[in-house]
Amino acid sequence: MKFTMTSALAVLIVSAPMAFAGGADDDVLSIDGVEMTSKVAAPPALAETGIDTAISGWHFREDDTQAMQTDSFDNPAMLAVERAADVWNTVEGTEGKSCATCHEGPESMQGVRAVYPKWNETAGEMRTLAMQINACRTENMGAEAYKYDGGDMTAMEALITVQSQGMPVNVATDGPAAEYWEKGKEIYYTRYGQLELSCASCHEQNYGNYIRADHLSQGQINGFPTYRLKNAGLVQTHNRFRGCIRDTRAETFSTGSPEFIALELYVASRGNGLSVEGPSVRQ
Amino acid sequence: MRLVAITAAIVVAGGAFAQEVAPTDVSYGEYGAVEASLSGAPGNAEAGAEVMSQRSLGNCVACHQVSALGDVPFQGEVGPSLDGAGSRWEEADLRGIVANAKMTFPESVMPAFYKSEGFIRPGDAFTGKAGTEPLPPLLTAQQVEDVVAFLMTLKDE
Ligand code: HEC
Ligand code: HEC
Repeated sequence: MKFTMTSALAVLIVSAPMAFAGGADDDVLSIDGVEMTSKVAAPPALAETGIDTAISGWHFREDDTQAMQTDSFDNPAMLAVERAADVWNTVEGTEGKSCATCHEGPESMQGVRAVYPKWNETAGEMRTLAMQINACRTENMGAEAYKYDGGDMTAMEALITVQSQGMPVNVATDGPAAEYWEKGKEIYYTRYGQLELSCASCHEQNYGNYIRADHLSQGQINGFPTYRLKNAGLVQTHNRFRGCIRDTRAETFSTGSPEFIALELYVASRGNGLSVEGPSVRQ
Repeated sequence: MRLVAITAAIVVAGGAFAQEVAPTDVSYGEYGAVEASLSGAPGNAEAGAEVMSQRSLGNCVACHQVSALGDVPFQGEVGPSLDGAGSRWEEADLRGIVANAKMTFPESVMPAFYKSEGFIRPGDAFTGKAGTEPLPPLLTAQQVEDVVAFLMTLKDE
């Protein structure tokens, strides 16, 4: 059921009532003049899926939504980034430290987003970026943990993410990560809820197709955190996972749950090689 | 307690619907067809068109294009066009496909509209919270019959 651009066009012309038809577009994504790798030869995690190209969700959005992401001044997520840049230098907690005390400027975070979730040897756990931010706050600063998907956390994630913009996603799936990856893969292919749909039902078998008014993408997470116009705010990967599982009429998992940490690692690996694009803009 | 429940059911169901088949009692043929009306009554095609179009009901157009429902916006492309379905299939086939498409197309992404249990992490509708099986099926027996009646009107030109 994959439409190429030409057949999509044919459908558009032949069947008048259908106002749209599918497929990823051929536009080029540049952010502030820097070209992103928004399509890339399928990474190893996509072997045996029949997908030959990993494609950023940007290619499935409307032109006006796409445009908001090409210039930092037009990207509403940048307000949160600016806010977090102030927090970066703000001393909090019992140790009298700020992020800057240990890390210098935010640009020291270049490359970090690209490799998370990442195994933490000392703690012996798989850490998402949010978990690492909270580990720094509680252990190094003596400050309170942020709410996993609260506004402060998501803004700080956006600030750290933007430092890696344009770098290829490159999460490790071997060694201690392997068991998390397997767990995430199992979740990806499980058909949850009364509608009995898995992530793959929509994002592997049907990307490029419309489901009612929604143009299905591959469900890549290289653009997270994402500014969603619908919510007028930044959302995290786990919020999106929750929404998608809820839409299958299933009981969801919680943000920050072991299930979503594993799923995040697995989904990230399906986009290894795509540019870190966050904070992106979606409808 | 049990007695009360049973009499209540009879009173609610009333004469015409006395032969309603419960979701767990539907008998599917080898290729997924269901011979008898699930409600015991014939379907109403006009009501069926409504069920297929409404987001809160069948929302079939989320996945299927149907020319006869041309004024319903945003028809999807996940499943095949249903134009001509009433020529391609017998009524019993269509009833089976709507009730539980996986009996006809194993592994299909099409949800089962008349199924109440056997789900993984069943939810309470679209709340994201846990639901308790048996869940109410997505469509009632009569709504399935109405949809089937409408599909039977979709003949090849
Ligand atoms: C019923 C269909 C459906 C299912 C099942 C589903 N999704 Fe989605 N998902 C959507 C729609 C619609 C969107 C919005 C359009 C798009 O980007 O595909 C979306 C968007 C996303 C996005 C945002 C992509 C971007 O570029 O911003 C991610 C990530 C995602 N889904 C992941 C998942 C994962 C992981 C699962 C399984 C746990 C899942 N989805 C299950 C329908 C679904
Ligand atoms: C989530 C997507 C989805 C939804 C919702 C859905 N279907 Fe389907 N349907 C499919 C797919 C995909 C097929 C193709 C069969 C397969 O999976 O191989 C199909 C097949 C069919 C067929 C046989 C097609 C043919 O003519 O050969 C009929 C009839 C049908 N669906 C009717 C319905 C009706 C009626 C509803 C709503 C009550 C509905 N569908 C809802 C996805 C869907």
